[in-house]
Amino acid sequence: MSFAQPTHFAFDDSSEAEIAKILAKYPEAKKASGVIPLLYVVQRQMGRSTGSAWVPKVAMDVIAERLGMAPIRVYEVATFYFMFNMKPIGRHHLQLCGTTPCMLRGSDDVMRACHDAAHVQVGQTSADGLFTLTEVECLGACVNAPVLQVDDDYFEDLDYDRTVALIEALKRGEKPTPGSSIGRQTSAPEGGPLTLIDVAGGE
Amino acid sequence: MALSDKDRIFTNLYGLQDWRLPAAQRRGNWDGTAGFLEKGRDWIIEEMKSSGLRGRGGAGFPTGMKWSFMPKQASERPHYLVVNADESEPGTCKDRDIIRHDPHTLIEGCLIAGFAMGAHAGYIYIRGEYYNESRVLDAAIDEAYAAGLLGKNAAGSGWDFDLYVHRGAGAYICGEETALIESLEGKKGMPRLKPPFPAAVGLYGCPTTVNNVETIAVVPTVLRRGAAWFAGFGRPKNSGTKIFCIQGHVNKPCNVEEEMSIPMRELIERHAGGVRGGWDNLMCVIPGGSSTPLLPKHICDDVLMDFDALREHKSGLGTAGVIVMDKSTDIVRAIARLSRFYKHESCGQCTPCREGMGWVSRMMDRMVQGRAEIEEIDVLEEVTRRIEGHTICALADGGVWPVQGLIRHYRPVMEERIAAYKAAHATPPMPMAAE
Repeated sequence: MSFAQPTHFAFDDSSEAEIAKILAKYPEAKKASGVIPLLYVVQRQMGRSTGSAWVPKVAMDVIAERLGMAPIRVYEVATFYFMFNMKPIGRHHLQLCGTTPCMLRGSDDVMRACHDAAHVQVGQTSADGLFTLTEVECLGACVNAPVLQVDDDYFEDLDYDRTVALIEALKRGEKPTPGSSIGRQTSAPEGGPLTLIDVAGGE
Repeated sequence: MALSDKDRIFTNLYGLQDWRLPAAQRRGNWDGTAGFLEKGRDWIIEEMKSSGLRGRGGAGFPTGMKWSFMPKQASERPHYLVVNADESEPGTCKDRDIIRHDPHTLIEGCLIAGFAMGAHAGYIYIRGEYYNESRVLDAAIDEAYAAGLLGKNAAGSGWDFDLYVHRGAGAYICGEETALIESLEGKKGMPRLKPPFPAAVGLYGCPTTVNNVETIAVVPTVLRRGAAWFAGFGRPKNSGTKIFCIQGHVNKPCNVEEEMSIPMRELIERHAGGVRGGWDNLMCVIPGGSSTPLLPKHICDDVLMDFDALREHKSGLGTAGVIVMDKSTDIVRAIARLSRFYKHESCGQCTPCREGMGWVSRMMDRMVQGRAEIEEIDVLEEVTRRIEGHTICALADGGVWPVQGLIRHYRPVMEERIAAYKAAHATPPMPMAAE
């Protein structure tokens, strides 16, 4: 996919407020620690302002200047870590875990559902611009496998049909409820917890 | 004897109750924290040593001893506590539950651990994908500040302690402590050579201790109930309670806190509804997250879930991510997918890992099809031995152990597959791999 790099980037007010909080976390002389957080700020602002959450090159230069780093150090970090999108993506980022724990629970079916319902292949963005599909490595929600991360949220215990339903809801502009798609209480066994029945502090 | 609820540390593991401060305090968090600090650094470290707590992040290093490596005397260089919440080992999802449902037990643990190692600041490095979890943690830390539990004179202890959340951005390697430190400093997550160890030269060149979330989060309860209480669970040198993540081909996957050294079969059957199709339908189990070699059923029948028992079978407790596979599993594909994981996650710094993980992954993909020669199984095994132990960090070791486990226990399956492929494709033999 070819795309144009914007020629200008400036943090908006909401981003500036976040940056002030971020930089307060690190010693003054160690501002470079803020590079990953600022890359997130950029990616979020792009999502807000353009509908596509990615990190343009010019924004990395702005980060470099803000943190007193050489631009190459920012590029290095942005490309080393998997969560920064170096090119525009769709409105929703479908990130399907395909690692063994999810594979054993049927992530192949979830992948097929993404192909069928979102009309998108791995590494691509759908023609309607709604979805980008990425196969990611373990998302760390293995007892609720298979897991599909949509933007910031985990959708868990999926199968083919429930994935299709999820994607259709996203297409209608709805905000589906994250978490277990079969109504499990988070990581407790299906049917309800077998432990922690008798604990103090309950309401 | 299964662990009873009154002996569970993570009483809100499933999020049935509120995670916020008032509810956490009703569960016993932040009770008498200043009193522990009053007893002094040495007392806390001694308690941790006698509790027998071993790090919950995979390596199982004794926690009290690790803390004791921090310099005793303060210098101009500040000390740092860094909490490893980069939970990314396939099969592991326990820290996520602690962070989103029981954040105050972690925060309280940070204050105690920070004090014990002379640190006035701590960073919790959380994997980037745990966005919602990091929001909960941020909010819980804000609550703790507002209640005077963090910051100046934290919890009325006289000790100043600041705690910050730092999000990673999707790199398994940052779970390695020195890569995590590099990442926190704003660099690529490439592990450092040790020595110097972080306790001497860590974050920003200062003395630093990196501990796993679960390790830190059990500390307050260990101190409240006493080292002897904690040491009373599990076999000697394998003390305590532990969160197990039971998944794969079980009827009811779940997280559960249990006693260390519980028999694997009991763990799976009592808590996860047993193996799909019954115990006899079990093929094998990866007992402690993806890096730990699989164990075939005959070992699973009576193996105990602790560091030493699993090590005796050339595997490990790791992070206690229990990946169960029934007889329907294509075991070669299951392991090949792990090889792909390690290929993807190699940071690229050391040649044996950068090249080796790719080579092993391509080789394993051929083994899935059977598109190989029988002798190449030996070549594969030999190459994994050449990779193991020849890199800066343990990622490559963790990447080849699953393959070694496969060859050790399922070589006949690999051979059958090669024979079947040959039968279906009667062509001249493949040349030997020379990639």
